[in-house]
Amino acid sequence: MSDVASVSPGRSLWADAWARLKANRAATFSALYLVLMTVVCLIGPLLTSHAFTTIYPDYVRTPPSLAPYPRADTIEKSLRDAVKRARIEISGWRQEGARVFVAVSSAKPIDERVVRYLDRSDTFEDAKVEEKSADGLKLTMSGRVEHKYFYFGTDNSGRDLLTRTLIAGRVSLAIGLLAGFVAVAIGVVYGATSGLMGGKTDEVMMRIVDILYSLPFIFFVIMLVVFFGRNFVLMFLAVGAVLWLDMARIVRGQALSLRRQEYVQAAEALGVRQSGILIRHIIPNLLGPVVIYMTLLVPQVIILESFLSFLGLGVQEPMASWGVLISAGAKNIGTADWLLVFPSIFLTSTLFALNFIGDGLRDALDPKDR
Amino acid sequence: MAEPILALKNIKVNFQTLDGIVEAVKGVSLDVKAGETVAIVGESGSGKSQLMMGTMGLLASNGSIAGVADYRGTNLVGLPKPELNSIRGRKITMIFQEPMTSLDPLYTIGNQLIEPIMHHQKIGWDQANARAIDMMKLVKIQEPERRMGSYPHEMSGGQRQRVMIAMALANDPDLLIADEPTTALDVTIQAEILELMASLQKRLGMGMIFITHDLNIVRRIASRVVVMRYGEVVEEGDAKAIFKQPKHAYTKALLDAEPSGRKAPPAAKAPKILDGTSVSVTFKIGGGFMAGPPLLLKAVDRVSVTLKQGQTIGIVGESGSGKSTLARALLRLVPSEGAISFEGKDIAKLDREEMRPLRKQIQIVLQDPFGSLSPRMTAGQIVTEGLLVHEPSMTSRKRDQRAVQALEEVQLDPKLRNRYPHEFSGGQRQRIAIARAIILKPRLIVLDEPTSALDRQVQSQIIELLRNLQKANNLSYLFISHDLAVVRAMADHIIVMKDGRVVEQGTPDEVLENPREPYTKRLMAAAFA
Repeated sequence: MSDVASVSPGRSLWADAWARLKANRAATFSALYLVLMTVVCLIGPLLTSHAFTTIYPDYVRTPPSLAPYPRADTIEKSLRDAVKRARIEISGWRQEGARVFVAVSSAKPIDERVVRYLDRSDTFEDAKVEEKSADGLKLTMSGRVEHKYFYFGTDNSGRDLLTRTLIAGRVSLAIGLLAGFVAVAIGVVYGATSGLMGGKTDEVMMRIVDILYSLPFIFFVIMLVVFFGRNFVLMFLAVGAVLWLDMARIVRGQALSLRRQEYVQAAEALGVRQSGILIRHIIPNLLGPVVIYMTLLVPQVIILESFLSFLGLGVQEPMASWGVLISAGAKNIGTADWLLVFPSIFLTSTLFALNFIGDGLRDALDPKDR
Repeated sequence: MAEPILALKNIKVNFQTLDGIVEAVKGVSLDVKAGETVAIVGESGSGKSQLMMGTMGLLASNGSIAGVADYRGTNLVGLPKPELNSIRGRKITMIFQEPMTSLDPLYTIGNQLIEPIMHHQKIGWDQANARAIDMMKLVKIQEPERRMGSYPHEMSGGQRQRVMIAMALANDPDLLIADEPTTALDVTIQAEILELMASLQKRLGMGMIFITHDLNIVRRIASRVVVMRYGEVVEEGDAKAIFKQPKHAYTKALLDAEPSGRKAPPAAKAPKILDGTSVSVTFKIGGGFMAGPPLLLKAVDRVSVTLKQGQTIGIVGESGSGKSTLARALLRLVPSEGAISFEGKDIAKLDREEMRPLRKQIQIVLQDPFGSLSPRMTAGQIVTEGLLVHEPSMTSRKRDQRAVQALEEVQLDPKLRNRYPHEFSGGQRQRIAIARAIILKPRLIVLDEPTSALDRQVQSQIIELLRNLQKANNLSYLFISHDLAVVRAMADHIIVMKDGRVVEQGTPDEVLENPREPYTKRLMAAAFA
């Protein structure tokens, strides 16, 4: 048919909303920021040259700095610490370029394997014996000073905070998105069904929601933890299972009003089954508010997770989430404020961005603006 | 000649949209003198409302206005808000279309009346209260003292519109702008409100701008008429002259848009399609657990209808008379009592599943062309939805062909079938709704006010289309309307309903030419005055 080929395309409401969203600078910027944040959290930990579990005993609570560690004044201390562990005396040391030469002596002959003590220190690498006296009581060894960067400083155990913040970002964003999706999926189907069916079914379904509402959230999570142990997946479930209640109520309200729309009546008159009405008419038409609510739900989930982690019910060491890091930072606020500052900046800026996007979406999807 | 109160010179209103700038008003000039009523007439989208909204500084945030709006020496365009507010709402007031939404549901009528009086006239509460009661008397609201304490939802649409008028007149305005003030009202109430406005205007000697799409109203109230189309004035002049000798082709078309013609009754031995005997519908209001017994409301009270093949029954009545409910009951869309049979088969007791195959034969076209199409589906999807239900084995290619056919039948370009409802005009949307009904090749279509949300001209096109479809497919129609002019052109049998009962029925000539019931007479007077 000739017509089939030359159909002029239509512009859906979604396309309209998209164009309006693109015109909103705060929302566009926030979306870009979020994408950037996600990419950085995914790729960043591979590039920081620290594993998030590595502990550097020499660098406990090192303040953030763009300059490499160790500093000149700390080299001697690290050196003395390392040599002391070998139970030999240090008789003198000097630095030549990147290498440090140290002369040691002992009452007993020195085993050449003492260089391992230097290697074991976080400050030196590539240690070797330079010369050894004939009686073996004196020995000179050298090691290269190992430069390390801690842009965000290190935590109480001497782990790199930058790496940990990025790893924590993965966890927080994943929980936020997944639990958000769980909540939305359950909430939309449940709420839409309830709203569309109406009458007794609606009554019963919403009373179930009320009952679940009345369960204290923390109690619920503690129960889950007690029965199933601490588990990453469980976090999604717990948070998602609680937050779908709000979603269900919002969606039910929308569905109730959509049900009275004339196009739903028209569909009924066509003989469309309830499931068809639900899928073709109700759900697509309530997706607008759902999308908006979801962007506001994700920050809520991230905060909830932070709260749980703060209480010690969330993710477990050495894994981290922003909530875990912030809670650790809060304990050290007097002595190591960077532990609080950096994770907080990451968390709040992400939440800001999400809220801006939510705002932008609401403006873009609001039909009254048309 | 008196000086004009408001003189608009070369007013332009533009809207910044995603598709670029839309020129809603393209340089319109007109003026209003004291004691004069100027009607601005035009179809929806002609820019008649935006012209006045722009002048009053009420445009949406993406709109902009240029030109001169001279109110007694002050240019309203570009006037700072505080100064504009000293004129707007005091010297120039407005009445809007929707009496339901123009009043704040949280405050009493009295509050809403007194507040602006105190604000603009700088007088105390007692004086303002007395003034408000005077105004209520002026607009002929019964028991004004008691009504001052009522909330908007306790009043009918007509009463609310009266309150709006009282509010608009409370500060002795020079100029009243009425934007389709009667469109949302029933015809009989419409007539009362118009009469009230005309008499008040004469008594108070103010100027009035009356925006409408309905020429019937213009004839009754206006001294001068401005006809607008596509944001431009096409014709302007004395009301009588324009009605007698329209110059512009568009004005002629508007005047001729009154639906005409009659429908011949079906053959006497045409088979019965739908037969409802003593149908009643009762709504429960409130009640339930702990709330006591519900209030029972009889929306339809023992009504019998017999529809033959090829026949059109017009059901006439005011809103709330039960005409829509009756139609939905006959279609088994609301629970009802009484016997209903379709082509001789009793359908009153069938459940949802058993009704489904019959739905193919019985279709409905609803009033609101904006609300009856799902905004997230394309025209093609909307039209073919019924096929998904009744011919599930059909391939999508075949469905598409059927959609093209159906759209051609309703004279809509099938190339547009991938567009979404919001990209169509009201008339086009109604065509889509009709295509959705006829694609299943039904025997009976219920038309629930299919033309009342449309402009006159579009209305007569849709009526023409419906008549042609009926002839081509030997359809039976159940035509519900409050507009007697339309019913006269469509139906061969008329039922007049009031409070859920049939008060009168017969052929259009019997009912409309010699109405027996006072109620029908009132309807007639309002429609053909």
